[in-house]
Order: sequence, then structure tokens, then C-alpha cells
Amino acid sequence: MKAVAPAKAKKVKTNKTKEIWNLRLYVAGQTPKSIAAFANLKKICEEYLDGKFSIEVIDLLKNPQLAKGDQIVAIPTLVRKLPEPIKKIIGDLANTERVLVGLDIRSV
Amino acid sequence: MVKKKHDTAVLEKCPTGIKGLDEITKGGLPKGRPTLICGSAGSGKTLFAMEFLMRGIMDYGEPGVFMTFEETPDDLAKNFISLGFDLPNMVSRGLIEMDHVKIERNEIEETGEYDLEGLFVRLGSAIDSIGAKRVVLDTIEALFSGLSNAAILRAELRRLFHWLKDRGVTAIVTGERGDKLLTRYGLEEYVADCVILLDFRIDEQISTRRLRIVKYRGSSHGSDEYPFLIDESGLSILPITSLGLDYPVSTGRIATGIPKLDAMFEGKGFFRGSTILVSGTAGTGKTSMSATFADAACRRGERCLYCAFEESPSQIIRNMGSIGIDLAQWVKKGLLKFHSARPSLYGLEMHLLTFHKEIDEFNPQVFVIDPISNLSVAGTASEVKSILTRLIDHLKMKKISTFLTDLTHFTGSLEHTSEEISSLIDTWLLLRDIELNGERNRGLYILKSRGMAHSNQIQEFLLTNQGIDLIDIYTGSGEILTGSARAAQDAGEKASELVRRREVDRRIREQERKRNALETKIAALRAEFEVETEEVHLMADEEQKRQTVLAEDRLEMAHLRKGKPSSPQALRSKKKRKRRGR
Repeated sequence: MKAVAPAKAKKVKTNKTKEIWNLRLYVAGQTPKSIAAFANLKKICEEYLDGKFSIEVIDLLKNPQLAKGDQIVAIPTLVRKLPEPIKKIIGDLANTERVLVGLDIRSV
Repeated sequence: MVKKKHDTAVLEKCPTGIKGLDEITKGGLPKGRPTLICGSAGSGKTLFAMEFLMRGIMDYGEPGVFMTFEETPDDLAKNFISLGFDLPNMVSRGLIEMDHVKIERNEIEETGEYDLEGLFVRLGSAIDSIGAKRVVLDTIEALFSGLSNAAILRAELRRLFHWLKDRGVTAIVTGERGDKLLTRYGLEEYVADCVILLDFRIDEQISTRRLRIVKYRGSSHGSDEYPFLIDESGLSILPITSLGLDYPVSTGRIATGIPKLDAMFEGKGFFRGSTILVSGTAGTGKTSMSATFADAACRRGERCLYCAFEESPSQIIRNMGSIGIDLAQWVKKGLLKFHSARPSLYGLEMHLLTFHKEIDEFNPQVFVIDPISNLSVAGTASEVKSILTRLIDHLKMKKISTFLTDLTHFTGSLEHTSEEISSLIDTWLLLRDIELNGERNRGLYILKSRGMAHSNQIQEFLLTNQGIDLIDIYTGSGEILTGSARAAQDAGEKASELVRRREVDRRIREQERKRNALETKIAALRAEFEVETEEVHLMADEEQKRQTVLAEDRLEMAHLRKGKPSSPQALRSKKKRKRRGR
């Protein structure tokens, strides 16, 4: 379920940083919430991050020991590894506004 | 068959290994189910949970998972090393798995639906990694402060407890005490099998920890509040209930350490295992008596636990040296142990627990508390009585002879203890001041002594540099004298006695002299008499001789006259004639 999605080039609103956005999505099996979260995340990234991102999906059912490292409690959890500082967003990412705030993408 | 079916239905229990808890829960916590431990901050929840895990590992060989939501594993390791729990070592040996769940609210954004599967996964992998049988979640309520969607959290917690049950692990979940509910977030709603409440109360500036089993589904349990103690060996809980009056008794006797006092009890002393109280006003020698009793016990090779509430051990040892009792040697030999604490150091329950612990560890035959009256600063009279009743019951069960002292005050009757415990006492000695002729002296008498004949005399109690001595009080000529008055009286009596004795001696000697004189006289008279007798005999002899000669003379005369000696008469006359013829 590893997926890197370089999105098509589009007019981006927030493109001040030249960093690569390193995102990690923790899921536990193919639950509806996980699938929804991945779909929502992909959509948001493609829309706002202009291809400068990588998404790593980690299935805790396969790698349970990885949960400890990022202090994962809730599923699904999206972790912004880069740019610093680490940010966490839990839930199915259905609310785009909150995801943008959480990831600190939109700086109006 | 029915019985067997019943047996299998009985709830299996998981022994905690915590001192006293398994007694009041009748076997331990429900096996394979979660138990909620709730209490306010600092009531000992984490310690309780940790000890549960540690005892499981050390005593029952059951590995455990400790999932902490508050303290870091490093902090926990530091906190518990003082209790002898080496967490890093246990972790490295695969006996315990620590997992620190940290939720920072400021770095988490919630968007939409989620669940706590991550927590389940972590817990599941921790359990699987070491094959854990015991699990601790401390304090799971931290989730509520980290995550805002309470509805999801509640649903997930419910699921978590079911999941723990399905995994078959015995779990302890701790929760902070709430205002109205047992826990702040109503965890007791979900963990319905066993709930234990820890309480930390302060009465009159003295704190006491208490534990109560709020509920225990499917099992009977003690329902009282049990005081518990946290010390360097962990938690210990003491059942509060009295043990009843079915303790064994001994007819053996033990010496009091004062020969004269032994004599007052049929010459044998106290009963072994009995409770002895010495009461008296200040400075009457109560501590000296306890020290003498302790000394006597150690001399017999018995162990003695001496609880001092007024003086430090070294002060007692120094002071008792002045009356010729060397307690230091017994301390050195390990026969005497001092337990010294200010009564106000902690609550009564704590005192009781400490006594129990000390008794269990030291296993003494003789137990001394000096004095019990000081305990009243740590509680009300009824509490003190309850504590002492339980303590005395415990000591009687163990056949430990108990020696208590009680300081009575000048106001009120002497035959009255401030703790109202006279009914618990088997032998009661009273020390009192006797004030006479501008002196204060100590008197001792036996107020009661169950099951033995005892003297009714008041004895004068003397502290000498050879120890305690008892002297009969002078009671002649209708008055009681003590101290120097008694000594003066004794001296006077001795003097007149001496005079009388001399008089008698003199008379005896005189009589002897008289007898001697008489005997001399008798001897003289007898000698005189003998002399006289001899003379008489001599005279008699001479007379006889004379008569013989006369007779011869006559015979001769007769012969001469008639020429014919016919009779002695004639013979004599012949003799006569012969003599005349000359």
C-alpha cells in the first residue's frame, strides 16, 4: 500500500517552502476509515503541495512495532515528519480545512 | 456432579502478592479481567499497579506489561529502585515490557472519525513480545486530556476492556478520583468486575492511607476500609477486623526480672503470653520496670521488641545503665530491638501496621510499649482503644508477652487508664507516689492479676544501682512509713532490739556464774563431808581395835584368875590382868 503520488503541476497557493513534505499515514488494515483517509490525503496533497510531497502508508497490523516510535494511539493518524516540527492529524481527514491547518499548509 | 459444575463456575483469582490484599479479596484480583484502582493524587495507585506486576514476575512467574500514560519509563525506574524493583533489568530479561504512551494535545489535530486501534496494536504487540499475563494501564484517563472526542474515547475504552478480557490478561487500570464519581471520567462504568478505591486522608494533620474494595463481582470480599502502609518493602494492608477471642493460652510463667515481685505472684512471675500494664504518674519508674522486664527476657535468651515513644534508644540504654541494667549488650547480640518513633509521626493505623511488620520480622517473645498513653496524641480515645485491642489480640495469637506502661495524670483516679483498656489487661501493676514526712517515695502494688494468687501488699519500690528492689513498707504501730522515716523506724527498732538482746545475754551470763559458784560450793562441802567421813571411819576402826584388846585382856585376866579360859570374857580379864601386872 505504499504510494507516492507526484501530482500534476497546478497553481499552488502555498509554495514558499522548497522542502519536500514527508508525510506518513498510519493505518490498521483496510478499514473504511483508512481508505477514506488515504483518499482524502491524496486529494489534499495533490491540490496544495504541488508535487513536493511523499506519502508513506504504514499498516500497523503488519508492523506493530512501528506504532511506538511515532506515539501512535489513534487510527488513522497522519504524521508530518518534514518539515519540522512533527505534526499529527488523527481521523479520516474528511475536513480539508482542518487538515490544512493541522499540516500548516495554508498560511494566509 | 453438581458440586463440580459449581466449582468450575467459581471465579478464578489472580494472587497479587501484595501483603494482606489477597486475604481481603479472598485470593486476589479476578483472573483474566480488568480491575480498576482509583484514588486521588498520591494515594499510591501507580505503586499498587507496579507492585502487582513485580510480584507477578517475582513470585508467580507471570511477565507483565506496564503501559504508562503519565510518567516516563526512566522516571518509573528511578522511583521504584528504592523499593528494590530493578525495572531496566527486568525489561532486559524480557520479564516486563514498558510502553510510554505520550499524547501531546498541541501537536495533534483531529479531523473526523478515528479509533484507538493504534493503542490496541501497541498493547497487543507488547503482550505478545513477552507472553504477558498481567497488564497495567496507568492512567488511561490521560487519553481524555489528549483527545477531545469523548464519545469516541468512551466507545473505544469499552472496546479495550472487552479486548483485554478476550486476551485473558489480568489487567489493572488506574483512574484519578473524581468529584462525584469514583473516577473523573466514570471509568467504573466500563470496568465493572472489580473496583478498588485508595484513599489518603488527613485527620488532625496525621495522614492515613486506606483501601476499600468498592465492588468485586462474583466474589465475597472484605468490605471495610483497610489501612495500608507504603514503605521500603512496598505496600502492606492490614485487615482491620478483630480476630475474636479464641487465642491459645499458656500456663507457663516468666520472671518479672525483680525477684521480690516474682514472690508477689506466687514466686513465679507473670503468665507467658499475658498482657501486663504498669501505670503510674510521672517519675514512678515505669521505664525502669520495662527495661528490667526486657533485660530479664534477654537473659533467658528470648527476643524482645521495645517500642519507645518517649525516649531514643541510646537515651534509654544510658539511663538504664545508671540502675545497673546493661541493655546495649542485648542489642549487640540481636536479642533486643528498639523501635523508636514519635507517636505523632504517623496515624494510629500506621503505628499498628508498623508494629505488625516489626513483630513479623523480629518474631519476639516479649513486646514492650513505653508508654501507650502517648498514642492518644495520634487519635481519639476510642481509636486508641481499638488499635490496642487489635494489637493485643495479635500479640495473644502469637503468644507474645506484652508489657505496656501507661502514664496517668495527677488529676483523676489512678485506677483508670487514659485509654480505657483495663479490661484488656491480665496483670495490672500500679506505681504510685507515697508522700510522707516531706518525702516522696515510690510504692508498688498489684491491682489485678488474672488467674493467679497475688500479694495484696504495698511494697516500697527502690531504684538502686543494682536495679530495682522492693522492700516491705513499715506497717507496725498502726502507721505506714516509707523512705527515711521507715529507715529511722527500722534503726530505732534495731537499737531497742539490741538493748533487749544484751540484757538477755547479761542475765544468761549471770545465771551461769551463779551456777558455777554453786557448784564450787557443793564441791567444797562434799570435800569436807568426805574428810569427816574418813575421820569417822578411823575412829570406828580404833574403837574396834580397842575392844579387841580389851577382850584379850579380859580373857587373860580370867585365865589368870581361874586358870581356865572359858569365855572371851575370861580371856579379856586375863589380858587386863596381864596389863595390870606390868
